[in-house]
Amino acid sequence: MTEQRDIRIRVPVLARVEGEGALHLTISNHRIEALQLNIYEPPRLFEKLLEGREYHEVPDMVARICGICPVAYQMSAVTALEQIFAMQASPRVQAMRRVFYCGEWIQSHALHIHLLAAPDFLGFDSAPAMARDYPDEVRRGLRLQALGNRLIALLGARSVHPVGACVGGFHHAPGPAETEALVAELEQALPEAAALIAWVAALDLPDDRQDFCSVALRHEHEYPMMQGRLVSDQGLDIAIEDYEQHFTEHQVPHSTALHATLEGEPYLVGPLARVNLNSDRLPDSTLAILAQAGIHFPSANMFHSIVARAAEIHFAISEAIRLLKSSAEPGFTQTAVTPRAGTGYGCTEAPRGVLWHRYSTDAKGNIRGARIVPPTSQNQGRIEQDIAASLLAFGLDRPEDALRLRAETVIRNYDPCISCATHFLKLKVDRH
Amino acid sequence: MAGEKTRVAVHKFSSCDGCQLAFLNMGEALLTLFEQVDIVHFAEAGPVDPTAVVDISFVEGSLSTAADLQRIRAIRANSGFLVTIGACATAGGLQALRNVADQDDWVASVYATPDTISLLDKVTPINAQVKVDLEIHGCPVNTRQLTAALRSLLAGVTPVDEQDKLCLECKRRHHVCVMVTQGMPCMGPVTRTGCGALCPGVGRDCYGCYGAAENVNVSSLGGHFSTLQLDPAQTSHRLVSFNSADPAFSPGLAAGVKQND
Repeated sequence: MTEQRDIRIRVPVLARVEGEGALHLTISNHRIEALQLNIYEPPRLFEKLLEGREYHEVPDMVARICGICPVAYQMSAVTALEQIFAMQASPRVQAMRRVFYCGEWIQSHALHIHLLAAPDFLGFDSAPAMARDYPDEVRRGLRLQALGNRLIALLGARSVHPVGACVGGFHHAPGPAETEALVAELEQALPEAAALIAWVAALDLPDDRQDFCSVALRHEHEYPMMQGRLVSDQGLDIAIEDYEQHFTEHQVPHSTALHATLEGEPYLVGPLARVNLNSDRLPDSTLAILAQAGIHFPSANMFHSIVARAAEIHFAISEAIRLLKSSAEPGFTQTAVTPRAGTGYGCTEAPRGVLWHRYSTDAKGNIRGARIVPPTSQNQGRIEQDIAASLLAFGLDRPEDALRLRAETVIRNYDPCISCATHFLKLKVDRH
Repeated sequence: MAGEKTRVAVHKFSSCDGCQLAFLNMGEALLTLFEQVDIVHFAEAGPVDPTAVVDISFVEGSLSTAADLQRIRAIRANSGFLVTIGACATAGGLQALRNVADQDDWVASVYATPDTISLLDKVTPINAQVKVDLEIHGCPVNTRQLTAALRSLLAGVTPVDEQDKLCLECKRRHHVCVMVTQGMPCMGPVTRTGCGALCPGVGRDCYGCYGAAENVNVSSLGGHFSTLQLDPAQTSHRLVSFNSADPAFSPGLAAGVKQND
């Protein structure tokens, strides 16, 4: 017989996540009685403030939804608007956009692995603290992050809210000298990315297998980034235009955020979902490193997300090298735009997962309506489900500090991007 | 502060997190920063101690809830020197656009049960509520700006307030003027320097994300934009976007109101 034990765990400010959130958890008599992931990031009502704006203002405005993944917001927006205007991006522009996006995956994933997630698995509270014992690994991570930022800046002039992209393509093409210099840096970084996969695969990650539904884009022959159909490992296979027929966002009384569900159930988006559904689209070189590290996808262990991120860094560097070497052909990078009225859809794979946009315009190309579904809104339900399952597997009788750390580790593993508060609700602020 | 490291906090309000990234994107220099100063609160980087007393606070984001107001007053009381970073903290940011809209209508159209959302009537920059010692402008600010300000403060020197017009920086970089040669409605003549004249550098017009420079003539620029075939609403949008709570850009509000009447 164990005695009754009531535990209240409150984490008023979640550390090492993007944006501001809190966790409230009540365990009573060996059962989880209440579990809330509170989002107190106030809503910014982005969808409304786009209304009445001209189409060409949209890429710079939606970038401001998220400082860590502005490229994703710009790319979902430009593809949606180009669909309305019946434009097809040229192969060169498509390749440049993919390189741009590779830069964002590299910087965002490197930031998450080193500054946000890895300290959990090695017993530190921050990356600078971890750097005292793991100086080479942390420095390698910061170098990879900086390289991703330089790749974004090659096409966008800066890495946060880049200014190079527009509806129709890019304002500017990088010169051959700066492109060649960056290709050389990417080639030097490839072995570092390979070593990173081996390092994260060897971390003492919890082995916690769970049932969940992975959702990601899938393309005929490429690893998905900006094109493809939305698929799941439970049989979903739809065009992005049909998203709203299968996915719904709704309020849950105990939650602070809109939760998206697929046919009524929580689901996973992000790197693990992408690799689970598309590992056959990864290059052989990346797959060989994963095989050597002994990690196999698809994986039901949510903590393999960090390995999926490292694998995607290796892929993104390889892909950027391939595209920068093969798209040397000079020439125009921007197609003239003829606005018209209509509705268009854009869906791309942000570092954190599926980022879905819908816009409608009038005949001048002014925005009449917008809907934006960020990845973290889609993962909300899954995160809460995971915290409950993980803590049960971990053992609710463990000390309070251990339970709190495990819950935080689970949340950080999703790399939640709470700043994408296009949509998040504020329920209650309790800072004590 | 001999013998003791300067205590620094990084706080966040409503924002995209992009200005904090100017610290996190420093590369290996981030480790040097953590060695040189004692970072006691910076939730995204790890340290959490939101009520700590510090020498310098960097504050990102704008204020939009009653709890925000309480929090910023406490931060002010706990901070020797308070620096706002970015357009949200210094001029409201994009989310301050709701100040000039029908907010109830906006909230009701986005949320199923709008009653659960408690927001203040207006989104305000930090200086509307507490005294600010230094404002660093930009959407986003960059690592160079933050490093320059921090280095000055550590050396006991007043940081330089960069308030020139972007045009000066653009000329120094030998960019061809996109307004004169291509008729683009460039915001350079009224926008604050600091970004590196990035937009003209890639052949497009500045869109004003660094906010107003000192002593600007917004009406004159608006008049010139009308000769470039911009209607009043378009001119208004150029001014009232990323730094919409900046009083120097308020003529843009009047243009917008006229258009809507």
